[in-house]
Amino acid sequence: MTTAPDAPEHQGFRLSQLIYDTRYRSMTIQIVVLFLVMGFVGWLVDNTIQNLNALGKDFNYSFLGQRAGYDIGNALIPYNNDMTHGRALLVGLLNTLWVSFLGCIAATVLGVIIGVLRLSKNWLVARMMTIYVEVFRNIPVLLWILVALALLTEVAPSPNQYKVNAATGEAKTSMLFESVAFTNRYTAIPSIHFDRSLGSLDTALAPISLNFLAIVLVLLASWFVTKAVNKNATKVQAATGVRPTTWWQNALIWLLPVAIVVTVLGINPEEPVLKGFNFTKGTNVSNAFVALWAGLSLYTAAFIAEIVRAGIMAVSKGQSEAAFALGLRPSRTMRLVILPQALRVIIPPLISQFLNLTKNSSLAIAVGYLDLRGTLGGITLNQTGRELEAITLMMLIYLVISLLISGGMNIFNNRVKLKER
Amino acid sequence: MKKSVFIGALTAATLAAGVAGAATLDDVKARGELICGVNTGLVGFAAPDANGNWSGFDVAICQAVAGAVLGDPSKVKYVPTSGQTRFTALGSGEVDLLARNTTWTFSRDTDLKLQFTATNYYDGQGFMVRKDSGVTSAKELDGASICIQTGTTTELNLADYFKANNMSYQPITVDSNAEGEQQFLAGACDAYTTDASGLAATRAAFANPSDYVILPEIISKEPLAPAVRQGDDQWTDIVRWTVYALIAAEEYGVTSANIDELAKSTDNPEIKRLLGVEGDLGAMVGLDKDWAVNAIKANGNYGEIFAATIGEQTPIGLARGLNAQWTQGGLMYAPPFR
Ligand SMILES: N[C@@H](CCC(=O)N[C@@H](CS)C(=O)NCC(=O)O)C(=O)O
Repeated sequence: MTTAPDAPEHQGFRLSQLIYDTRYRSMTIQIVVLFLVMGFVGWLVDNTIQNLNALGKDFNYSFLGQRAGYDIGNALIPYNNDMTHGRALLVGLLNTLWVSFLGCIAATVLGVIIGVLRLSKNWLVARMMTIYVEVFRNIPVLLWILVALALLTEVAPSPNQYKVNAATGEAKTSMLFESVAFTNRYTAIPSIHFDRSLGSLDTALAPISLNFLAIVLVLLASWFVTKAVNKNATKVQAATGVRPTTWWQNALIWLLPVAIVVTVLGINPEEPVLKGFNFTKGTNVSNAFVALWAGLSLYTAAFIAEIVRAGIMAVSKGQSEAAFALGLRPSRTMRLVILPQALRVIIPPLISQFLNLTKNSSLAIAVGYLDLRGTLGGITLNQTGRELEAITLMMLIYLVISLLISGGMNIFNNRVKLKER
Repeated sequence: MKKSVFIGALTAATLAAGVAGAATLDDVKARGELICGVNTGLVGFAAPDANGNWSGFDVAICQAVAGAVLGDPSKVKYVPTSGQTRFTALGSGEVDLLARNTTWTFSRDTDLKLQFTATNYYDGQGFMVRKDSGVTSAKELDGASICIQTGTTTELNLADYFKANNMSYQPITVDSNAEGEQQFLAGACDAYTTDASGLAATRAAFANPSDYVILPEIISKEPLAPAVRQGDDQWTDIVRWTVYALIAAEEYGVTSANIDELAKSTDNPEIKRLLGVEGDLGAMVGLDKDWAVNAIKANGNYGEIFAATIGEQTPIGLARGLNAQWTQGGLMYAPPFR
């Protein structure tokens, strides 16, 4: 039995084996694809370099250190037009993060409520939630943002309507509770003011008020103490079978120290006052921000609602029946049996919704809210003519934000996911 | 081995890539159409009518260049560009020429690698407010909300002006003139600021133009000029001298009505050279003898274009002012045609 036909390996390696032999074929394909991809990337880079040369442009980021020269309407950190493009980038980045953060929270809260209500036994409620989901997820988010802005600008009065007429002593429109004014530009709300200040800490980013820091520290301390109290309660429960009531202790621990600190610091609201064209003193929450935030949240909530509904429905009915049979109350069944299992299904798609919301926040330019796209990818790009630099940097930043969000959510996912044995 | 193949692929790519052609004139002729970047719609400067036909002061430049190069002013494709997209559109070769209320500045000329041809409108930045606001001077705008179009010189001038006068303001950033108009009319801003000519054109399109006033302060110099890419001198010359041909035509009294007549009868050597009756200036820039005739025939000379699109007889009602001929005390001055 030394005939060759069954033993091709004895014939040595033939080139055609690279294609016809299944042992090598996948390798061949991978290498070919690798070369094609490298060639394509090389072509792109080369083409870019040549075209930049033809235009007489170079590739450098020194513009980030130059004076920006433009103003930004809603900056979270101190900014003025004498600062650099780099600082403007930072202002835009923080605006992106801020609206995305608040958007994710609102979308999640809204989405969970709607998703749960959609499973309600009440026909009307369930139908209404279905309508919400279908209406919001089937119309582009840009339109929702624009609709929100149009509503805010067209419905609310302009600030000068709040002006008190000297002759009659009355204004055309008056403020809500004498402290909130809705206008077609922003909503003026009171800001927090302290009579006594502990001074402020100067960091490169922004000055941090020590009053604020003190309050945060006190809250943190309260948190640790309540944790200890709860742990103790659990211990007592394990030993005696009866859980001591802790709610009033916890409430006291949370409220009392903070109350003392803020009274000592002399907290009081600083009400907005109309001066000249606009309200000053208080905080003006711009309509552009609210419209963007509302549009993003309402739209994404529709998707999250579906995810939540799917997650809850994925938990088999037997689970809740078993929990009831053990005598668990419905609320506990939800909290201890259904939700932990549903979360396992909910969280991975939820991550993509958070990423979507964050990326969609770059539509801010449509309402004139200067986010990263508006500063670095908008005005800076345009005033310096550094298209390639600005766009690549912007892509990189969005990539990093997205990776951070999904990284963080994955850690959370690992903690809640069902530990299988 | 991997490396050598990669380098091979790179060289192949290098050969295939090719550099964007430098000779815009050849491209335009081969295409049989001029691609002109204009604004997204500013009545008087560049705006399409109900049938999609563009007209206006900037559009007339596009048509004159098409006339000079292709002999037919209608062979133009208009690409609307926003303040933000215009330079990218020009730099990437999407448009051959940018005629879009664009201010000639140092950094745009040098760093952005543009070539400004010849100023066709001397402008300056102004403010518009509602009449009932009672504001009569820009100095009274402290604390106001102001609408500005992003990607313009306007936003930089505004920042400088308010700082110089120790005043503060709330910028409301808009992406196009249409959006600015809407925000301003809705009262989302107290003042709208842009080039004074743009303000006049914007106001003319309002339902009640008389309810709005343009403040007397002009806070900047805005020489508006058609721009082309740097590095194509021939094309720059063509656009530049087409603009000058329109200006010179007004100076010498050459109009769309009398141009054929003059070409036959004139004794003025300058007009003869301009109209290609004598010498061959066209050949020097790669064009036909009658390039200037075709350019002027498109919409008439500079004065005719001004009067028909933005002049005092139109709703926009701009006076010639700085844009009068140098012989009339203005700044319009074409170098000699010889
Ligand atoms: N001249 C300034 C401003 C140019 C500008 O954007 N002008 C406005 C009004 S004059 C415009 O053309 N808007 C029309 C549009 O948005 O398309 C510049 O070059 O930066």
